[in-house]
This record gives sequence, C-alpha cells and structure tokens, in this order.
Amino acid sequence: MSDYRIQGATGEWEVVIGLEVHAQVTSNAKLFSGAATAFGAEPNTQVALVDAAFPGMLPVPNEECLRQAVRTGMALNAQINAWSRFDRKNYFYADLPQGYQISQLYHPIVGEGEIEVDLEGGATKTIGVERIHVEQDAGKLMHDQHPNYSYVDLNRTGVALMEIVSRPDMRSPEEAGAYVRKLRAILRYLGSCDGNMEQGSMRADVNVSVRKPGAEFGTRTETKNVNSVRFIMAVIEHEARRQVDLIEDGGTIVQETRLYDPDRNETRSLRSKEDAHDYRYFPDPDLLPVELSDAFLEECRASLPELPDAKRARYENELGLSAYNASVLTAEVETARWFEALLASPGKPDAQRASNWVTSELFGALNKVGKGIEDSPVTPAQGGELLGLIADGTLSGTLAKQVFEIMLETGEGPAAIVEARGLKQTSDIGAIEAVIAGVLANNPNQLEQYRGGKEALFGFFVGQTMKAMQGKANPAVVNELLKKALG
Amino acid sequence: MSVDEATVRHVAKLARIAVSDAEVQKLAPELSNILGWVEQLGEVNVDGVAPMTAVIPNTLRLRDDVVTEPDRRDDILANAPVAEHGFFAVPKVIE
Amino acid sequence: MSGITDLGVAAIRDGVKAGTFSAREAAVAYIGAMEAGRPLNAFVVETPEHALAAADAADADRAAGNLKPLSGVPLGIKDLFCTAGVQTTAGSRMLEGYKPVYESTVSANLFAAGAGMLGKLNMDEFAMGSSNETSAFGNVLSPWRRNDGGNVALTPGGSSGGSASAVAARMAPGVTGTDTGGSIRQPAAFTGITGIKPTYGRCSRWGVVAFASSLDQAGPMARDVKDCAVMLEAMAGFDAKDSTSLNLPVPTWEAALSSDIRGKRVGIPKEYRIDGVPAEIDAVWEQGIAWLRDAGAEIVEVSLPHTKYALPTYYIIAPAEASSNLARYDGVRYGLRVQPEQGGLNDMYEATRAAGFGAEVKRRIMIGTYVLSAGFYDAYFNQAQKVRALIARDFDTAFEDVDLLLTPTAPSAAFGIGEKMADPIAMYLNDVFAVPASLAGLPAISVPAGLDGQGLPLGLQIIGRALDEQGVLNAALAFEERAGFNHRAEAWW
Repeated sequence: MSDYRIQGATGEWEVVIGLEVHAQVTSNAKLFSGAATAFGAEPNTQVALVDAAFPGMLPVPNEECLRQAVRTGMALNAQINAWSRFDRKNYFYADLPQGYQISQLYHPIVGEGEIEVDLEGGATKTIGVERIHVEQDAGKLMHDQHPNYSYVDLNRTGVALMEIVSRPDMRSPEEAGAYVRKLRAILRYLGSCDGNMEQGSMRADVNVSVRKPGAEFGTRTETKNVNSVRFIMAVIEHEARRQVDLIEDGGTIVQETRLYDPDRNETRSLRSKEDAHDYRYFPDPDLLPVELSDAFLEECRASLPELPDAKRARYENELGLSAYNASVLTAEVETARWFEALLASPGKPDAQRASNWVTSELFGALNKVGKGIEDSPVTPAQGGELLGLIADGTLSGTLAKQVFEIMLETGEGPAAIVEARGLKQTSDIGAIEAVIAGVLANNPNQLEQYRGGKEALFGFFVGQTMKAMQGKANPAVVNELLKKALG
Repeated sequence: MSVDEATVRHVAKLARIAVSDAEVQKLAPELSNILGWVEQLGEVNVDGVAPMTAVIPNTLRLRDDVVTEPDRRDDILANAPVAEHGFFAVPKVIE
Repeated sequence: MSGITDLGVAAIRDGVKAGTFSAREAAVAYIGAMEAGRPLNAFVVETPEHALAAADAADADRAAGNLKPLSGVPLGIKDLFCTAGVQTTAGSRMLEGYKPVYESTVSANLFAAGAGMLGKLNMDEFAMGSSNETSAFGNVLSPWRRNDGGNVALTPGGSSGGSASAVAARMAPGVTGTDTGGSIRQPAAFTGITGIKPTYGRCSRWGVVAFASSLDQAGPMARDVKDCAVMLEAMAGFDAKDSTSLNLPVPTWEAALSSDIRGKRVGIPKEYRIDGVPAEIDAVWEQGIAWLRDAGAEIVEVSLPHTKYALPTYYIIAPAEASSNLARYDGVRYGLRVQPEQGGLNDMYEATRAAGFGAEVKRRIMIGTYVLSAGFYDAYFNQAQKVRALIARDFDTAFEDVDLLLTPTAPSAAFGIGEKMADPIAMYLNDVFAVPASLAGLPAISVPAGLDGQGLPLGLQIIGRALDEQGVLNAALAFEERAGFNHRAEAWW
C-alpha cells in the first residue's frame, strides 16, 4: 500500500493514476504502408501515398508490427488475442490525413497482463495492464515556423504504435515512474520499441484522479504526450494538487484533456468548452480481422529473450550476485548484454567480482564522463582481460585502477598497457626485502614507536614501501615480508 | 427519430461542414425522413446474429517488413493547395 | 469509318487483330463519336491523345506480332478511377483539377492489356446517386427519348451515368463503371446495355476513389455479355495493395462462355414482386422467365425474407462508411481549399467541405456521421451489419436450392431529369432490386430485356453465387440470345 497522500484542508487525499503509454514499434516500414520509419528524416520524405491519404489509397498491415505487439504482450504475461480487428477512430486534425486513425477499440490484439515494478527499499508492486492495441501514429505539426501557418510533416504518420494501457493501479508518482521505467526496460529487452522518450518513440498519457482513502474513484483528467519519467511524476504531483485544491474550494473536476507545460511545470486544459470528441468508432471496412496462426504465436514466444525479472533472479540465484548488483546490472538491456559479454570473455572472470567491478569501477568512470554503457570506451573483452590480470596477480587493486584509467583514455587493452609501461606488480621477494630494509633504515623513529607498541604505524610502512616501489609491489607479499621484518 | 436543428448543427460540426441557417432548416426534416425510414431495421430479430465483418470469406494478408517507398516528396506535395519548404501549410493552430 | 462505332469491344479487338482496320482508325472513329456526342455531357474530360497513343502502340504491336488482349480497343473510364496525370474528379467540385500521380489498378490493368482511354466519364458525385443528377459537372443525358414525341430529357441512371450514356450512344464500345448499390446495373438497364458487378474483391479498389469500402466494386459496361466478359477478364485480378482483394486466379470467362444452361435452376425471389412497380416490369420479368425456361433452365420460386430491409440497411452502412472515407477531403493536401479570411483550421475545413460537396453528398455524410455517433451506433450501424448478415444468409440458403436468381434490375424505366429530386428516398428506391446483391457481395449482371410502352429500355438482373461470374455470364448470354435486343437510341443530339 502506498502511503503517498496529498494533504488537503479537509484531510488526506489518495491519488489514483493510470497510464496509457504510446510506444513506437521498432520496424523498418510503417504499419499500413511501405514507407520508412527512421527518425530525423527531412520533412515529408518518408511518406507513402497511403500515409498522405490520397483518394483510393488502401492500408495493408505489416506483419512485423503485429509480431512486436504480440511479443510485448507475452513479455507482460498478457492474454494474446489470436483474433483481433482494426477500427477507425474518426476526427479531424491536420496531422491526420485520413480524417481517421486506424486503431483497435473493440478487439485489441493483447488483453490483460501485468508488470511487476520495483520500489524503494526493495518493495515490489504488481501493476495491471488492461490491454495493448496497435494503431497508427499521427504526423507532426510545427507552429513556430511561420507567422500565419502551421507546417505539417507526415513522416511520422502511419508509424506503428503500441498503446499499452495500464489499470488505474498506481497510487504515487514513484509507482508511476517505476512502472514506466520497468516497461521501458522490458520493451528495450524485447527490441519491440527503443524507448527513446526525447525523440518521442515512447510517451505517456497520464490519467489522474483523487479521492479520500476508501472512497469511490473520482473523475479523472488526462494529460497527453508526456515524454519523460521526470515530467510524468511532475504531472501527477501537480495535477493531484490542483484537483484537491479545486474540490476543496467547492469546484468539480471535469473529465478533460490537458497538456503539460514543462517550462511552467503546470498542466492546462486542451479542450475548450466545446463538446468532447465523438470518435464514431467502427470496424475498418478496408481491412479484414487479424487472425494469428499457432505457428506465428509459437515463433513469437520462442523469440522472447530472457526478460529483466528472470535475468535478475538468475543473477542472484545462479551467479550468486548481490541483490543490488543484480538489480543494477539488469535495469537496462545494454548493461546486461555488456555484463554477459564480460562473463563470456576468454578469461571467464568470476561473476561476483566482475559484477562489483562493473557497478563500481566501470559505472563510476562512465558517470564521470557522462557516457552510457553503449558508448563505453572499454569493451567487455578488455574488461575481462583486466579482471584476469588482477586474478592472476599481475596487477594489484591499485595498479588495476591505474591501468583502467589509461584504458579509458586511450582505448588500449590492459595487457598492452601493462607491457608498455611496465606496470606489473612484482612479487620478487628479494627486491621487496631490500626495499623494506631501506624503508626501515630511513625511518628509525617510526620503527622505534612501532616496536614500542604503536601498531597503527604498520600502514605507514606499507605506504612507504609501496611508494618506494612505485606501487608495483604485490601488497600481500609486502604485508607478509614487512611483518617478518618488523618482528 | 426526429432530428431537430440543434442536432443537425451538431452533426454538421462533427462532419466539419459549414451549414447556413437555411440549410439547417432544410436538412432537419430531410434527415428525419431518412432516419425514420431506416429505423424499420429495429423490427428485425437479430438474436444470435453476428454483425458482418467480411463480405466474402477471405483472410487478412500481412506484408513483409520492408521499405518499399522511396522519398517521393515531390509527388506527395504535388497537389497541395499550399506547400512551403517541404511542408504542407495550414492556418496556424494554437494548441 | 462510322461502321466501326457499331462494333463492340470484342469485334474491335478481333478486327484489329485480323487487320480489317487499324487501331488508329478505330480510335479516330470513336473520338469523332465522342466529340459529336458532347450534348449528352457524358465525358468530364476528353483524352483523345491517350486513345491515339494506345492505338498506335497497338498497331505497332500487331506488326511485331505481339498483340495484347485488348489491343486497339478505346474505352471510357469512369471519373472515379484515378488516372495518372489526367484529371480525376469523382464528379465533385472538391476534386476539380486534381491530377493523381498514380494509376488505379483497374485502369492500369486495362491499359497494360492494350486498351486506350477516350476520356473520363461523368458520374454522380462521389458515386452517390441513381440518375447522374448530382455531378458538379452537369447532368448526363440519356441518349434515349420517350416515343411520345416530346423531348423530355431523361436520366441515364447513376452513378455510372456517363458510362452508360457513352456506350448506349456509341461513343465508346465499352466503359468502366463502379457499383456500390446498383450503379452499374441500374444505368445499364435504363440505357439498354449490359453491365456486370462482379463478386466483391474480384476487382481491386486501389486507386478507385472510395465511397463505401465494403460495397464498392468496379465492373465493365458494354453492349453485350461477351464484351463484358472480355473486359472483366482484363480488369480483374488479385492486388496486394488492396487487403480486400481476392487472392484467386482470374477465370477465363470469355473462353468458357456458353449459353447452354440446361439443368440450371433459376430462382425467382417472391419478395422482389413489389406493389407499385409498373406492370411492364412484371411483364418483362415473366418474359425473361420464359426465355430462361426455353434455354433449358428450371424455374423455381424462392424466398429471400429480409429483402425489404436491404435498402434501409444499405442507407445506413454506405453513408456511414462514406462519412469516414470522405473525411480526407479537407483542403490540406489536395483538392479544393477554401480559406475564410481570419479563419483558422476548423473554419477552413468547414468552408472547404461546404463548398466542395454537393447536397446529396452532404446529406449522406450527415446520415453516416449520425448513425455512427455516440448512442446511436448500436441501434443503427451495428443493427444494420447484423441485418446485412441475415440478408447474405438468405442468399446462401436460396443458393442451396438454385444456381441463379432472376429479378428486375430497376423498378421503372428511365425517368425525366428533375422528376425525382424532391424526395431523396424516392431516388433511393431506384436501387431496391440492386442493393441486396451488393450487400451480399454477389456477382450480378443487368441485361436488356425489351422496351416499355414509351420505347424505353427495361433490363433484368441475374444474380449468382459468390465467385460464379461464369454462371451469371452464361445465363445472361442465354437470355441475350433469346431477347434479341437490338434497339438503339436514335440520335437526337
């Protein structure tokens, strides 16, 4: 149970949240036409006649788009509807050439499912998914290019979208944020959507209502096209607060569509007092019902990769990783892939040590330069090599850090660096003994104090020895020999 | 079903067709007439009958995921009433 | 050579092949007839250069020994088919001046088969009408006149009014039409020619300006059954760009044409005997029954119990689909744009659509919008789709007992221009016999049966099972041989 509440004048209010996430399907061509879907093309260069809705044009569905929707449904443990149908959603807007959007209202391709989200402190919560359906994306309007005109770019028109509708199970901004993050991770694991919210390939309509705990659901508002987790959480906070204030002032919540303004951090009503859209849904007569064969569904299932939750459980249970490491390493598919490539590298590093190294050393370094793991200057193979050099004693922890720095800067492999700069640690007993003798000779006061009982000075002698050996001495050997020398 | 003038205006709005007062006055009885005529369908017993979804039995063919349309912006804009800089231009919309 | 304009599609094809005349001669003859027939207003735009180019190509092909199925045949193309580089208006101000950059599959098929295009044929606006009185480019006149000595202008029927008039006036040997609720068959009956609507999905709808997607079908109109078979073979075929296209090979309808229908069972649906239909219609129907019996068919009475609900069903479903299909005409990307000063986007939509659409189109869009709107969808649209299923089931049941059905095509002969414009429903009733076969997607042909007391043509309709165009064509041929309809409209223009 979430204890997130809005404090109002009349008491505490609970927030009820539902999310409709629009996720662009990763495919080469559009849902009903053979135009390309790549982001960032020159305006109106990825538009088929069908997308521009010329007279007499007809839609033909892209199998891959349906496949990705089915795979997504399977990843959410959802009911897959082998029989589904396309419906037309009729309204007028300049980014909608047909004057209707081909969507699925009455019989969506995927039914009920669920997502387990991870909350603070290790808690989890299951959020229900009502349905997933497939529909056409709209084009883009630009309002700031001309004083009197808005400009219409149809490149995005007709790109396949999965609309993933959650049940109104969320009760706090944190839960909503966790839901979106988890959903995004799953989609990216599947490869069904790249989850790039800045580019708009994933965005959410945020439904918010408030109620006194235990009361009936209140009227909800919908804030459309929110394209970051941070904004989604901000919308919830702002909208819940606005609604509470309005109700407590004696007003009523109107079911309406709103837009989020990130600059002002507020939502404002999109629809004027005009009537709400009457979409006049009806089955699209240009298309027959979708009928997916058993073979098709089996291929979809067989193609599913190991998903985040399963992978995390395996990392903990089979690889013995800590819960924290397992969670961090499986949060993003690129991270898990990098980590598994690391484990598979020739040295076959120990999984636990490798996980510690990745989560602290590698992530630390990447964070400092603001890079994601996909842009890591160090490859898994190189990481594996480094871990191998530590494991076989060539490098101490300190030396390894040094070598790693150089790897990050130059992109060279660790063995080459060690060779070129002579950074091997030495376990040469004779050499170390000689240096220790010198250190003790040069520090008679400390030696006397140590022998007098100040045991903390041991670390001083270790430090001096390591310094004299430019850090290249095997610390374990230094410790052992120092103990002997100090008596 | 009798449609009054308010309904005519509402439907015209949904259909984005401007209608003059004279047209509304003419349309209301015309549409009422037609709707009254088609309403006889209500007397048909349709228990257990599924609405027709496909006229002739046929299966929906699915396309391969291949880009088959090249950049054809000139064609796309060729008939545009107003086009500028590669875009269609419409009266400015405030969102 | 005026004799050439007496020749139909097959005869011209064969004449060119045999070298009796050149393709160019045929094209020139028909171009001349088209120009002479301008008073009928059958063509929106004339494209003699297209016909001549195709003719020259045909003559070259003949010399090279690789003639195509329709080489040398000049055709009229209904202005509902998008023709690349050639104005395509759908009979509407909304698309005046619109030149598509693509070719409809059906017209492309015909041109690939060697045919040429004489011009684009006038039609009811967006195929909505039964008299060609709703075109933005003026009424089409029928070449027929009553024999009462007056010269009341008659309609050729609709929506393929220009198509019918062109064939009947011998301005084209064959034409394309489209049939959504009778728009090929009824004008064929009004003008004494033959026209067939094939099984739904036989001809591709890609590039055909959409009216009602689950009903629209392209088909040929020509002077006789054989010509229709020849043209349909060239027009039909699977098109991957149309999801409702039938993925079946095109049968060799011409080669398998036979008037031997001995043993065929022909049903006479009793619900098609309607009060108020002129006695002459019944008489010609009885005549038709006799001819088919003479051809060796067994005549059986059948029942299609939901017949009377077919028209109201159609007038819910067709407008509903049309209201959605015509939403794309918004002034943004092509066609008419009317921009009121100081107006925004919605004002542009409303003004454009008010100016671009005629009264009948607006009426149907409004009906369609209404029957789909919140609160009415179940009572109207969903109910209509269920009744449609029942109507189709009626036919299935009948076809367990019979192979074909014989009915009148239209409830009257051609009427005068303006006679039925006062009441939309009076106009809709023109399609009472045609609409059921459209709702069920079945192949149906109209063949001329005789003249009424005023010297005007009357036609009869033969309906067949889905995919049995051959059965329909064969019965129509048997009928045609016995009807001996060789009346022609006398040129008053």
